[in-house]
This record gives sequence, structure tokens and C-alpha cells, in this order.
Amino acid sequence: MTLYADLVVARDTGFRLAAHLTIEPGQVVALLGPNGAGKTTALRALAGLVPLTDGTVRLDDDSWDAPPGVFVPTEHRPVGVVFQDYLLFNHMTALDNVAFGLRARGTDRATARTAARQWLDKVGLGDHALTKPRALSGGQAQRVALARALATDPRLLLLDEPLAALDASTRVHIRAELGRHLADYPGHTLLVTHDPLDAMVLADHLVIIEHGEIVQQGPPAQVARQPRTDYVAQLVGLNLYRGTARDNVVTLDDASGGGELTVAEPATGQVHVAFPPTAVSLHPRPPAGGPRNSWPVTVVHVEQHAHTVRVRLDGMPPVLADVTPATVAELHLSPGTPLWAGVKATETTTYPS
Amino acid sequence: MTTRSAGRRRARRRGRLPLVLAVPALIGLAFLVVPLAGLLVRAPWSTLADQLFSEEVGQALLLSVVCASLATLVCLVLGVPLAWLLARGDLPGRGVLRALVTVPLVLPPVVGGVALLLVLGRRGIIGQHLDAWFGISLPFTTAGVVIAEAFVAMPFLVIAVEGALRGADPRYEEAAATLGASRWLTFRRVTLPAIAPGVVAGTVLCWARALGEFGATITFAGNFPGKTTTMPLAVYLALETDPGAAIVLSIVLLLLSVTVLVSLRDRWISSPA
Amino acid sequence: MIRFPRVAGLLAAAALALAGCGSGDTSSDAGSAGTAGSPTISGDITVFAAASLTESFTRLGADFEAAHPGVEVTFNFAGSSALAQQINEGAPADVFASAAPKNMDQVTDEGSVTASPVTFVTNTLEIAVPDGNPAKITGLADFAKADLKIALCAEQVPCGAASAMVFEAAGITAAPDTLEQDVKAVLSKVSLGEVDAALVYKTDVLAAGDNVEGIEFPEAGEAVNPYPIAVCANAPNPDDAQAFVDHVLSAKGTAVLTEAGFGAP
Repeated sequence: MTLYADLVVARDTGFRLAAHLTIEPGQVVALLGPNGAGKTTALRALAGLVPLTDGTVRLDDDSWDAPPGVFVPTEHRPVGVVFQDYLLFNHMTALDNVAFGLRARGTDRATARTAARQWLDKVGLGDHALTKPRALSGGQAQRVALARALATDPRLLLLDEPLAALDASTRVHIRAELGRHLADYPGHTLLVTHDPLDAMVLADHLVIIEHGEIVQQGPPAQVARQPRTDYVAQLVGLNLYRGTARDNVVTLDDASGGGELTVAEPATGQVHVAFPPTAVSLHPRPPAGGPRNSWPVTVVHVEQHAHTVRVRLDGMPPVLADVTPATVAELHLSPGTPLWAGVKATETTTYPS
Repeated sequence: MTTRSAGRRRARRRGRLPLVLAVPALIGLAFLVVPLAGLLVRAPWSTLADQLFSEEVGQALLLSVVCASLATLVCLVLGVPLAWLLARGDLPGRGVLRALVTVPLVLPPVVGGVALLLVLGRRGIIGQHLDAWFGISLPFTTAGVVIAEAFVAMPFLVIAVEGALRGADPRYEEAAATLGASRWLTFRRVTLPAIAPGVVAGTVLCWARALGEFGATITFAGNFPGKTTTMPLAVYLALETDPGAAIVLSIVLLLLSVTVLVSLRDRWISSPA
Repeated sequence: MIRFPRVAGLLAAAALALAGCGSGDTSSDAGSAGTAGSPTISGDITVFAAASLTESFTRLGADFEAAHPGVEVTFNFAGSSALAQQINEGAPADVFASAAPKNMDQVTDEGSVTASPVTFVTNTLEIAVPDGNPAKITGLADFAKADLKIALCAEQVPCGAASAMVFEAAGITAAPDTLEQDVKAVLSKVSLGEVDAALVYKTDVLAAGDNVEGIEFPEAGEAVNPYPIAVCANAPNPDDAQAFVDHVLSAKGTAVLTEAGFGAP
């Protein structure tokens, strides 16, 4: 019962998606990537909204798309899609939206409506059955969209940025609720998102694509610990460098900014070195006898986050540091300020690249 | 109280229309309305009632409404799918097709009528077979009026509906497809309701154009009272001998169309979402 | 009722001005034109003529211009009733040639024409049938057959009124399928073969060309239509106008008109 997708989609613009995905029943795979990476194209190819140029999509032995011979049109694929802005039919009530798929697939009106009502109850909108989409809040609309997608009992559930249109506070709530529904859902789920938090919370398996290709995949915890590209590192909020290790010293590649780092675990060969911005300390002059790594840096950018201040620093190598507002005041941090950065070797993670 | 003050605030905002827009707008309005006022001023009000309730006027009026409505129906049945094809179809040479659709707009209606005769007339390419096989002859019949009006009015509908379709978000159709809806079901249940305002606008334009149709009608369907004499034909012929009567007939036609359009507008276009 | 024609006339006059038949140059030239009877006439004249005169008057105009270098003849061909309204509204016409005495009367009644109009030609009705006469029409009696397609002019226009007269005189109740707004519309239906027979003027049959055949019928004599011509009272260029009228009435003019199918007055 595995969904097997070898997606190749070439566009006239020169963009090319080439990604291999497998999704097990009950599994939630998150497709994560920057804008324009091909996430949505992959989702559309699975839904049949974009035909494959090459490759195949099949659920077990059921082939959905295998050019040039096979193409099952969207309306004949057992899929359910939650679109980014939900695309609820504005002239229909919430109930009719949810019942639409069942009606389209031949269920009689009464049965479809009963089932739709049950789904609305399940997503906690039983008393909004006769509300038109425009009168629903963002969170309510999202839940109707989910109910609409699940009502047809699809084998493959596709979620395209399902939380992106929600404000921050609603998002936390809806994310948790979506997680519960996904846990109950026995089919295959693909979640497309650019938000690492959504991916980490909702998915069992992360697939990260950049420029139409998969750059990294694995369980969320592993991806979070050991990013392999700058994009992933940025997503999971880590400083990431590539270099050549000799025992406890890693000579960083020029692409990573150069310099040397002393690391906790001895290694040899090509490695990634990662550490969180919170591990970076900033000093007005060279720290004496403190952290094992220290190097001169210049402040490039200072940005207030929720409770910390993120400082972007140039140097060998460049580095991100999260510091307290008190530190900012103490050190008079502003672009151009010369400082010393320090990182304890024990804060670093080293893994082969 | 709150609604009233809100209304006043809105009114004040409207009042701030820039002069550069307001002046040409008013001139434009005058340009459209003044000729109409001219008709009203010169209308022979004393004989208006007699003219209005004369048998010929009643006959022509009824025929006009029936034919314009039937023509609009024909345009809807054929024009909406055509608009869909132009907006959504994956056709080669769509630009050329779109230009062809507008031909009746550019063609002088009389020429359109001749073209119809050449195709559907007694000796026309198709008409000769209709006549020979089925004994159907369209010129000089009420059906001919409907055809002539539909020919001239259809572009108005097609263009309006196509515009609405192109403005409508095709992703809703994709959403319907993911729910298992066939293209026909999608069209009926998703696309059509979404473009309803455009269809209504197109229908209104189409009907109004059909109602005022003269050239193609008189050329293709001729002029025979009770059968093919619609109001515009009656107006034209009355102008030959009795301009007063022509004015009255024009006013009747005008009142009719304004009444219908205003009532439709209240019902369809300005209804709040 | 008296006032209403003025509205239509105003509209028509406005349309005329737009069509470029302006009078500005005409009137200024008129001042420098020679005296009455002067052989050296020059300037522009504007002739309002019935639509049925289009071909023959265009030829006469060209002849006239050739005979009088420096003179430019501008024509306004339209239905006689429309022309009459335009003239009564003050349209800058020098000459009015009407296809019906009735329309000329409208103009003389208003004082727009002072000199008494002269009948310069007559026109009689003829049966027009498509090339080859497929329905084998032989005479006016065929117009009563319901199974034939028949086109007539609407009674509101002169050829329709004349048709009604001959039918009445012949005691025939015609069964038309269409009552067209003008002669040209009738002829186009004949030439396309959409109707089996129609009643139009003899000149129209001749002008229609090869696709239309004419059949003369005895009852046509009941509705001989005289064409009056006159110089307009407010003619910007009355001398030239009179010269043009004389040209129409000359032997040469009569020849051209006869060739077009018109009869002698």
C-alpha cells in the first residue's frame, strides 16, 4: 500500500522538478523548501493537476501517471486536497462544500449531506453547516477545507500550505487540531510547507527540496540536528559549515567563509559542523581562557526576535548569534561594531557530509 | 443612527470625486441622455395613448420582446459554451477565433443579414438543403428574426462571459476536480455560479442589442406585420411618413428596455453577496 | 403633428453636416458667382436627389462639371421624404429632385421652394424576378399566390404606395411575405433569389444588373410616378442651381435618364 512517486516535471521556463517520494499508509511526509523549489508542482503532479514529463506515480500496482501511456485525470484519482487559500466554493454553504465531493462521486444527496454533517461535527463546525464561506473565520474555513478533502475518504491527502493563511494565534490551535486529524487518517499524507515548525510538528518524515531536487530527507529530529544545506540550517536555526576535519580541528571551506573550528568529536575527511546561534557568545576583546573557539567579527545586522536578539556577524567564518537585549545594550551593538565571537567546542555537532 | 452616519460618511467620500474624472463623466452622461430627452420633449403626448394601444404597436412590441428573448436564449445556450471554449479551451489559434467571434460587432448589420441569406436563405449554402429536405425556409419568418437577432447579439454575450471566465480563478475548477467532479459538473456547479454576474451582464447586453436590432433583421427576415415587424422596423417605417409616431414607438421601446433592465439590475446585479 | 418633422429633420441635418456636405464654402462662392443666365458660372452646388436617381444624376453631374469647369456638384442621395425634411430644416440644398410630388409639396408648402417644380421624368412599376424567372411569373395575378415568396415595398415608401395603387386598380389582393423599407432592399432579395417576385420601378430593375429580370405589366399605367425638380428658395448658389436643372431638362439629360429606364414626363 505504498505510494510511490518518481516525479519529473519539466516546464517551458526551464524549471525542472525531479524528486522521488514514497509515502507509507498513515505516514505524513512533509515537503519542505523555499519558494519556487517545486513543492507545489510536486503536489499538483500527485493530484493530476500537472501531468508528469517523465517518471511515475503509483499506489501499489495502481498506476496514476506514467507517461506517455498512462494518465488518470484528477477527478478519477482518490485524492483529497486542502489548498493554501482553501478554495471553498463561495456560493455554497459549508455543508454543501463538504458534501460536494461525495455528490460528485455519485453519492445520493441525503447520504452525502449526512456524511458532510458528520465531518463538520468532527472538525467542530456542526453549527456552521449553513454558513457561507465568506462568513467563516480563517480557522473555520481551514477546517471546512479539511473536512471537504477528507469527506470523500481519499487514499492520498495533499495539504498545500494548510496553515499559511492563518494568523499566528489561530495557527497554533489549528496546527494541533490538524495533527490530531492526521493521526486518525489511515491514508497517505503529503504536507507541502515552507514553515519548518509545521513540518516538524505534523510530519513523520521530512523531504527538503531546493531547485526542484531533494537535498535532504529524514525524520524531523535528525534533519533538525544535522542540516545539510544552508537553507535547512536556516530553517532549523543553526549555524552550518562544511570543512575538512583532522582530529578535533575542522578547516572550513572557502564557501563556508574560511577559518578553523575546534570541535568536540574527533573526525576525518569532509564534515558538516553545526551549532545553534545561542551557543555563540560575543565579547568586546579576545576572550581569555574561555571558549575553545574565538575569532574577530563585525556586526552586519541586528534583529529583534521574540525574546532574543539575533545578530548577524561577518568574519572567518560568518556567524549568527542569539543574545539577550542586555548584551546588545552592554556592547552597544550596531552594524559595523567590531567584536569577538566565541563558541565552545562542546556546543558543536560534527557529522560527515 | 450608526448606519445613517456611515451612509453620510460614504456620501462625503463619494463627493470627493476628482474633477478630472467628474467633468468628462458628466459630459459623457449628458451625451447619452440628452438625445433621449430630445425624444421625450418632442413626443406627441396628446396622441401617445392612441399610438400606444394601437394594434400594430402591441403586435410589434410583443414580437420584439418574444424574439429578443428567444434570441437571448439561443445566445445563452450557444454563447456560454463558446465563451468557455475561448477562455478555457486549449485551442490552437484562439486569438483568431476570438477575433472571429467579434465579426458581427464590426459587420454592418445589413451585411450580416445578407450573409445570413447567403447561408440560410432559400438558395443559401445550408438553406437550400433545409428547403429541399425539410421544407424549412427561414427568411421572412419569425424564426428568421430570432436568428438575425441572435447573430448580431451573440458577441455581446460571448465577450462578457469570456471576460468573466478569464477573471474567475481557475483553481476553483481544480479544487472541484480533486473532489471528483467531472468537467461538466464543475462547469455547472462551480464555474457558472462564480461567473453569474458576468453572465447576467452579458445576457442583459445581448437582450438589449437583440431588442434594438434592425439591419440584419429586416435584411434576413424582411418586414411583415405580426410576423417579422419588430419595434425597430416599425419605428423605421413610421419615420418615413409619420415621425411623431416614430418617436412614440421609440419611447415605448425605450421604456420597455429601461423597465426590464432596471428590474433585472435590482434583482441580480446589485443584490448584496 | 406639424412640429415633429422638424425633430427628424434636425437629426438628419446634423447627420448631413457630419457627412461633409457643409455649406460654408458654397455660400461664399455664391457671392462671386455670375449673374443669372451668365454662361461663365462657377462655384459649388449641392443637389438633393431621390435615391432612385443615384446612377443617372451622378452621370449628369459629371457631364455638368465637364461642361462648366470650376463647378463642383455635390449630391445628397436619400429617400425623398428624408430629403424634404432636411430642406425644410434649412439644409443648404440648391436643387431638390424628388421621386414623388408629395415630398415636393412638403417643401413648397413650407416655402422652401419658390419656383414652381417641373416634372422631368416619370417612373413606372415593373415586376422584378430573379434571373431566369424560376417561379415562371407572368403577370400581376401571380402576386396573389400564397405559395410564392413575394416582396413589396412598405406602403410608407413611394414604391409601396404605387404598388398598392396598381393592386387596387387590378383588383388583386397581394400576398406579400415582406414589406421592405426601400427599393434596394427589395432588389437585394430578388437578386439573392429569396423571393420569386417583387414590384419595383423600372429604373431599379435596370440598375440592379444581370441577376434581376424585369417583366412589364399592363396595370403599371395606373401608377405612373412623376419626378419633380426645383431650385430651392434658400439655395446658396441659385444661378448654378438653375443651370443644373436646365441641364437635367436638356436633350442630353433626357437621354441619360431614358437610358436609366425613366419615362418622359
